[in-house]
Amino acid sequence: MSVIEKELKIETENDFIVEAKNLKKYFPIKGGVLKRTVGHVKAVDDISLSIIRGETLGVVGESGSGKSTLGRVILRLMEPTEGQILFENEDISRLSNRQLRPFRKDMQIVFQDPFASLNPKMNVQELIEEPLLVQTSLDKHERREKAISLLEKVGLRPDSRLKYPHEFSGGQRQRISIARALALNPKFIICDEPVSALDVSIQAQVLNLMADLQDEFNLTYLFIAHDLSVVKHISDRVAVMYLGRIAEIAPKKNLYDTPLHPYTEALLSAVPSTDVLNKREKIILKGDLPSPSNPPSGCAFRTRCPKAHERCALERPELINVSEGHYVACHLYEQ
Amino acid sequence: MTEKTLLDVKGLKTYFYLEGKKVAKAVDGVHFSVKPGETVALVGESGSGKSITSLSIMKLIGKPGKIEEGQILFNGKDLVKFSDKQMTQVRGREIGMIFQEPMTALNPVFTIGNQITETLIRHKKVSKAEAEKKAIDLLKLVGFPRAEETMKEYPHQLSGGMRQRAMIAIAISCDPKLLIADEPTTALDVTIQAQILDIMDEMKKKFNMAVLLITHDLGVVAEYAERVMVMYGGQIVEQTTVENLFLNPKHPYTNGLLESLPSLEKEVDRLGAIKGMVPAAHEFPAGCRFSDRCPHVMDKCKAANPELVTVEPGHNVRCYLYE
Ligand SMILES: Nc1ncnc2c1ncn2[C@@H]1O[C@H](COP(=O)(O)OP(=O)(O)OP(=O)(O)O)[C@@H](O)[C@H]1O
Ligand SMILES: Nc1ncnc2c1ncn2[C@@H]1O[C@H](COP(=O)(O)OP(=O)(O)OP(=O)(O)O)[C@@H](O)[C@H]1O
Ligand code: SF4
Ligand code: SF4
Ligand SMILES: [Mg+2]
Ligand SMILES: [Mg+2]
Repeated sequence: MSVIEKELKIETENDFIVEAKNLKKYFPIKGGVLKRTVGHVKAVDDISLSIIRGETLGVVGESGSGKSTLGRVILRLMEPTEGQILFENEDISRLSNRQLRPFRKDMQIVFQDPFASLNPKMNVQELIEEPLLVQTSLDKHERREKAISLLEKVGLRPDSRLKYPHEFSGGQRQRISIARALALNPKFIICDEPVSALDVSIQAQVLNLMADLQDEFNLTYLFIAHDLSVVKHISDRVAVMYLGRIAEIAPKKNLYDTPLHPYTEALLSAVPSTDVLNKREKIILKGDLPSPSNPPSGCAFRTRCPKAHERCALERPELINVSEGHYVACHLYEQ
Repeated sequence: MTEKTLLDVKGLKTYFYLEGKKVAKAVDGVHFSVKPGETVALVGESGSGKSITSLSIMKLIGKPGKIEEGQILFNGKDLVKFSDKQMTQVRGREIGMIFQEPMTALNPVFTIGNQITETLIRHKKVSKAEAEKKAIDLLKLVGFPRAEETMKEYPHQLSGGMRQRAMIAIAISCDPKLLIADEPTTALDVTIQAQILDIMDEMKKKFNMAVLLITHDLGVVAEYAERVMVMYGGQIVEQTTVENLFLNPKHPYTNGLLESLPSLEKEVDRLGAIKGMVPAAHEFPAGCRFSDRCPHVMDKCKAANPELVTVEPGHNVRCYLYE
């Protein structure tokens, strides 16, 4: 049993809705005339985490760090390469699509671009009805009632039922996606950059709505975003990803007040601040995210880390527990 | 204003003529000025008219749009009256420009080196060898350690952040007096954003270049600009120093924006959302353009649009609460 697994055991007094254990998702890279596999993009590379019922777990990290892939594998919208996913203690990692059906209504996803994820040929009524048709035995009248009540819940007028996605603004379309995700009374929703495409005034409306719905329906969120302020606002705990791995995971307050991983520190320092009286010192990282098909040896962050030392090139740091609920993967914190 | 100004935009109106006789008043009476070496931010939500303002300054407005009215004085000369041919001497040479998506501005079939040297040869009339030397220097300046190799690379071989740095190198290659940066980092991650904005700031100081920084990110405004204009519905609704804007915001829209912004510094239970949404440029509400969303709306707000008035020296606001 690894250190992490031991820690996980201790935490099992918590009521976990989702657990990921040593989860991996590798995408093959095909090359040459024979289209043979010449390598792998290690989009998710050995991630273990648990999501507590009723909480919001935020996931941050640069573009390409594997946030969306992690979300999709957890929901089994993608096959994991290795590892396990438990939903309410049941292993769903190897279930067939048919076997997954009873779980589908409990787990939903809201995407960044509601325009791409909403079928433009369906009106709002049809969009919200679709999951109800597949998963429930509600009749036409009941489905209509349900759609109206969902629209009201997300702050849209019931008479917008007969309109099509292109007739709505970005914020309104995101409300439609949320209504659709709520249709089956899910327990767990993955929000993949749900407000990234929205203006701040509209972003605030949608974030407030999501918080209200969480309270009302006791929802659990995995909230993926690259905006650290948004994640701080909405989350209870936050995981920082770097090249397919978790660099640090901690309760929100610990992560933002006392970040431990050099990458988390740099990330937080880089957020432009509106506090004109107290300017934060910036840690400017050199270079870009390395390719996930050929990550640096040892610690994947070492090519940009201001604190990298010899050992960092040789050994990969494992996630270790440094204080209650606070885990970090960096050699600086190993005894 | 006694101090010398570099850019003086006066009463600029740029309209788009849409089907069914509709008119989108994308920019509707905008006044502002930029002094040499100063960074001025233009901030506002999507559709408020930021890009159309900057494209108007560059005279890059095509049909169905048209600069209706106003002056764009650059070094005292009115660009509105310039011919296309005269503008080619201004664009890229006296005014550099960086766009949000560098792929649209970089030519995919030419190497990075080619694109910089070509600009230099065209505008500065230097030899090919001189241009190459200068191009390598520029690339090093914007953070390409292996500049000689980068010269031979094509845009698609670079990451988003690298492309944006290459864009900066091109934009500053002819020592422009003014750099217009339209959302230069919106598509980038925060760590890369910090790199790019720092390079821009360094270049600005090194060459005493003025920057018109267009963004919807108030944090970026706070960190990099000296003065700021808040745009809403094609007009400036508040205009002041950056300090003033954040410490002493006046316009209800500015206040709403600041309250709706989650921040790392302060913790709030609920964000103060502004109700409703940004109106489209062809259907502004009557009177004050913010009146359908404003928590302080009064009868007169719906009757006529308020003027931008000076409420304190260097602090202009367009709102009846301050008249
Ligand atoms: N279907 C796929 N096939 C091959 N590679 C993929 C696929 N999906 C993702 N990848 C790769 O996996 C890595 C992680 O991608 P992912 O979309 O999960 O990142 P992300 O953190 O969500 O980034 P962003 O912030 O840009 O959304 C990237 O290198 C990406 O190119
Ligand atoms: N070619 C066009 N035809 C018609 N209307 C246009 C055209 N270009 C812009 N507009 C309108 O002009 C207004 C201002 O657009 P502009 O691109 O300046 O906004 P912006 O402030 O730059 O927004 P963003 O933050 O989304 O870039 C918008 O309402 C837009 O719909
Ligand atoms: S292990 Fe080394 S390279 Fe990695 S974050 Fe820690 S100090 Fe930096
Ligand atoms: S003029 Fe009236 S409606 Fe407009 S911002 Fe001021 S108070 Fe609000
Ligand atoms: Mg993603
Ligand atoms: Mg724009």
